[in-house]
Amino acid sequence: MIGRARFAFTMLGFGYAFLYLPLALVMFYSFNESRMVTVWGGFSTKWWSALFANEAMLRAAWLSLRIAAVSATLAAVIGLAAGYALARARNFPGRSLFGSLVIAPMVMPEVVMGISMLLLFVGSERLFGGPDRGFLTITLAHVTFSISFVAIIVQARLADFDRSLEEAAMDLGATPWVTFRTVTLPLIAPTVGSGWLLAFTLSLDDLILTQFVAGAQSQTLPMRVYSSVRLGVDPQINVLATVVVMVAACALVLSGWLTRRKA
Amino acid sequence: MSEPIVRIEGLAKRYGPVVAVDEVDLEIERGELFALLGGSGCGKTTLLRMLAGFETPDAGRVLIDGQDMTGVPPHLRPVNMMFQSYALFPHMTVADNVGYGLRREGVARAETDRRVVEALEQVRLADLARRRPSQLSGGQRQRVALARALVKRPKLLLLDEPLAALDRKLREGTRFELVRLQEELGLTFVMVTHDQDEAMSMASRMAVMDAGRIVQVGSPHEVYERPASRFVADFIGIANILPAAEGRWLALRPEKIVLSTARPDTAHAVAGQIIDIAYEGGRSLHRVALDDGSVMMVATANIARTPDGSFRRGETIWLGWAADAGHPLDT
Repeated sequence: MIGRARFAFTMLGFGYAFLYLPLALVMFYSFNESRMVTVWGGFSTKWWSALFANEAMLRAAWLSLRIAAVSATLAAVIGLAAGYALARARNFPGRSLFGSLVIAPMVMPEVVMGISMLLLFVGSERLFGGPDRGFLTITLAHVTFSISFVAIIVQARLADFDRSLEEAAMDLGATPWVTFRTVTLPLIAPTVGSGWLLAFTLSLDDLILTQFVAGAQSQTLPMRVYSSVRLGVDPQINVLATVVVMVAACALVLSGWLTRRKA
Repeated sequence: MSEPIVRIEGLAKRYGPVVAVDEVDLEIERGELFALLGGSGCGKTTLLRMLAGFETPDAGRVLIDGQDMTGVPPHLRPVNMMFQSYALFPHMTVADNVGYGLRREGVARAETDRRVVEALEQVRLADLARRRPSQLSGGQRQRVALARALVKRPKLLLLDEPLAALDRKLREGTRFELVRLQEELGLTFVMVTHDQDEAMSMASRMAVMDAGRIVQVGSPHEVYERPASRFVADFIGIANILPAAEGRWLALRPEKIVLSTARPDTAHAVAGQIIDIAYEGGRSLHRVALDDGSVMMVATANIARTPDGSFRRGETIWLGWAADAGHPLDT
């Protein structure tokens, strides 16, 4: 038995090494003195200072964070409504069609979505003279695919929600809206919070769809990184990767904590 | 007699091809503890949920205190319900749970606090007001659910299987507790249960339901001693159903029969052989095979502590009963 346990732990070790060794290396090399990304030249924090002095990179990061926050918030609200409708309204005409339509953006290739969004925005620009491609169009594009994720986790949470709690609230004099506000929403809030974080993360690292709908003046963080990599990488990339990993890890921990707290 | 608190007229509800409630007429008087008794799927819960307003009837009317409530949504009905699962709000304290209904009514803060304390005292839980439902035992949760339903002083309190989730010992104590509260507050309770002992011991009147219909309404005593049909006789307690003249039947309860070794001096007497004895502590149930091949159940009270005078399996004995011991049935 001990032999088998040791084998299992060894395999586990390999698995984690495979997943996380590259990330650990990136973090390690973010403190590299050398100009070369992969050659160790001694400890230094100079690339950290360089990154935080890099105006273009910071501007891109700030734009990405704003887009992520706004699109995640919109997606959480609309996704909550869609998930609620799918879980609760059992028999409305076209329910199954609506159900599939909500999931479709998850499986649709981003290139297809990007083209269709671009056509839409170009068309609306021609007809109405706007919106200008940039913050607004990127945000709208991110909302469209994030809704699916929020809707699906809200629907799953409501599927095992004890309906008698809502009946009890109504029995005690709460209108359907007050019931939703005082009983349903507080109990599924952690799920909606996880959905928000998921949408935030998805928006933050989206590149393909963003490329299609971004204007000449707007460059998000993934776009900036991608173009700077093509010009040749310097160790600032390692620093940036480290920061992003940290943010993502925090979001993950927070999301897990919210989900566990649901009871 | 005053106007009944509940009048149900021709109430019907079907789910697709399944008829849950089939044209039920029923009146419930003020201050009653009324039980709806029946097996699973008999329609008792659907009937209760139509009183609360959670189900919309397909036909018929529900009048509560003289007012037509048929199309009125649950939050506008002067009725509160205690749910089988208790349905306590897990994100609120005990006090907030109990005060929820009062806050919806817009009752002033101080008044709400006072009535919450009062309701919690009625169910002897005043010291647990700040706890969460997850920190309570099953019995305590049941009492919070009761306090929450009582605090709005409803015209009608509905109880869906109020004791089903409690363990047996607690259940017995809680029966008396519920009856005491009902009498003290002078409220009308309507209780749904599948447990005949619960209905018999608590209710002032009860309705026995089968396949969406009410088959008998009466006091527990009437239902037990004068069942309306073979179904009721068989469903409530144990009954020996004997064929009588002109296609009629006789329902004879096991304890109305006397066992003896010699032929008894009663209006009716038959001989038989004991094929099984179930000892239940307070009484023993004997299965007796008669000479014509039928089997009858006979109960004897175990009055003495010694087994002297009790009967043994295989023994040949006499069964005797008085002329008025059985109840004649038409159906």
